Amino acid sequence: MAKELLEGNEAFAEAAVRVGLDAYFGYPITPQSEALEHLSKRLPELDRVFLQAESEVAAINMVYGAACAGARVMTSSSSPGISLMQEGLSYIACSEVPVVLVNVMRGGPGLGNIQPAQGDYFQAVKMAGHGDFHMIVLAPANVQELIDHVGLAFDLAEKYRTLTMVVADGSIGQMMEPAELPPMRPTRPYKERANWALTGARDRDPNVVTSLYLGAENLEEVNLRLQKKLEEIAANEVRWKEYETEDADLLLIAFGTVGRICQSVVRDAREAGMKVGLLRPTTLWPFPDERIAELAEQVEGILTVEMSAGQMVQDVRLAVEGRCPVAFYGRMGGIVPLADEILPELEKLAANVSGKKEAD
Amino acid sequence: MAVAEIAENMELVYDYPDSLTEADTHYCPGCTHGTIHRIIAEVLDELDVRDRTIGIAPVGCSVLAYNYFDTDFAEAAHGRAPAMATGLKRVGPNTVVFTYQGDGDLAAIGTAEIVHAANRGELFTTIFVNNAIYGMTGGQMAPTTLPGQVTTSSPTGRDVQLAGHPIRMAELIGGLPGAVFVTRQAVFDVPGIRRTKRAIKTAFQAQLNGLGFTMVEVLSTCNTNWGMSPQEALDWASEHMVDYFPLGDTKVSDDVRALMKG
Repeated sequence: MAKELLEGNEAFAEAAVRVGLDAYFGYPITPQSEALEHLSKRLPELDRVFLQAESEVAAINMVYGAACAGARVMTSSSSPGISLMQEGLSYIACSEVPVVLVNVMRGGPGLGNIQPAQGDYFQAVKMAGHGDFHMIVLAPANVQELIDHVGLAFDLAEKYRTLTMVVADGSIGQMMEPAELPPMRPTRPYKERANWALTGARDRDPNVVTSLYLGAENLEEVNLRLQKKLEEIAANEVRWKEYETEDADLLLIAFGTVGRICQSVVRDAREAGMKVGLLRPTTLWPFPDERIAELAEQVEGILTVEMSAGQMVQDVRLAVEGRCPVAFYGRMGGIVPLADEILPELEKLAANVSGKKEAD
Repeated sequence: MAVAEIAENMELVYDYPDSLTEADTHYCPGCTHGTIHRIIAEVLDELDVRDRTIGIAPVGCSVLAYNYFDTDFAEAAHGRAPAMATGLKRVGPNTVVFTYQGDGDLAAIGTAEIVHAANRGELFTTIFVNNAIYGMTGGQMAPTTLPGQVTTSSPTGRDVQLAGHPIRMAELIGGLPGAVFVTRQAVFDVPGIRRTKRAIKTAFQAQLNGLGFTMVEVLSTCNTNWGMSPQEALDWASEHMVDYFPLGDTKVSDDVRALMKG
């Protein structure tokens, strides 16, 4: 398929359609409503399910219901909407039904604004809801990755019977750029739905989907099973991209839109004679901590750049474990840090760490 | 004598419905949940839909309802059963879906979900068990607690100036265009139980015919948290609840009326 000029929100919605989305339930919220609008037209055309819910609370529980029935189902929202969905996310995680959601992040806290931001990192990675669980969190940096991540999100969600969230930010959702959509795949026939799905107890014992385990030992058993699954995911599904790290003395770490901007920073810094590389995590959970630890042995310092007060940088520091200094630069409120703001931060870091590695 | 033995030697006139498991329930002695479970199961058997039925349990005393029905089941978050039912039914149009919800679940925390599901005319059936109290959490005031009724969170009796009025859900839901059959019944005596069963059957038939949203509100008791014997609770409910929550249909569409006659 040839590349087309695509808007991020419409592109991920259409990508979901093409990888066999059975149903979408959502509630309008800027800056991602174009996805819901696109699906309101596309899904009924294909005789699939689209429903605009009365709230994000209802939307995620409709998604939960459809997932219980073994359908390929998703929702999308933006930061305040995701907060409303957190109750449902916790139930879904415990029930182990596959669900995909896209968070096109905007400025916060509160109503914040509708500009791009990354302040939901903690929410996505650390605390998607009450209780012990993680979602798989994918972080695209451009429209093509956003498209590809939606397909990957369904594969991972179904493989592990878990929640997978794609975190974009408002600029990836709203920008238009050339990208290629996947070919159209049919939806899974009803009869081929998973054997745990709620489709009616015909010629089998009843299936029950629940997140209630009243006995402490019973619940701990479920907790341990969930943790084991998460360990398996952590071992197999870490993803990241590297740019010019082979000979780097300094390392940038950034994801999403800032990760993309940092590619320009690497180029500018190299032109200025600095040996700078970039690691861009494309899974935020699981986090590429082992690779970061390796690179921390090689480089003299790390600069983490985010559109937040500094959230991922905590995970970077946990990975680095003091092997080298870790600096942070961030903007908030919907402001996207530009390459010419980041470069001086790198120069500052370079001045602070210069020669220290050799001196040790 | 075991059931099997009786069946061998005598005519078996009363047994577990196929749609009900033989598990002992956790309900308090005297609780009417058991009665309501049984009549739902009888209806599922009579309509021969057990093997395509999916129930959705609420948060409340009937949170474990999935242990008692021999059908597929999901357990919802508090109040969200109608949203889950919407998702389940929309992606499984040939299934029969019902939610089983109490008054706290449906008429307090889940008000938005039930109103909008009904208004969309979702093709599932809601069994709304109204016993005017929060049973599972220990007898706190419910949205349907009667004026003056003493609960653990209205220790001097419900003061409507402070806590608002008990909410009449059958009237509210019956007023929505997507709802085709909404009724309030009571299981305080045998005729009431029979009428409730008839209403539940009508609701499921309407669902099977794709007519729209259906809800049966069932007035029920909670002798434990009301601090009464089972019989006192039934008597108190007949005397006081029915005054505030009148029995009868609040919505019967023309199609449902034709169905009831047919």
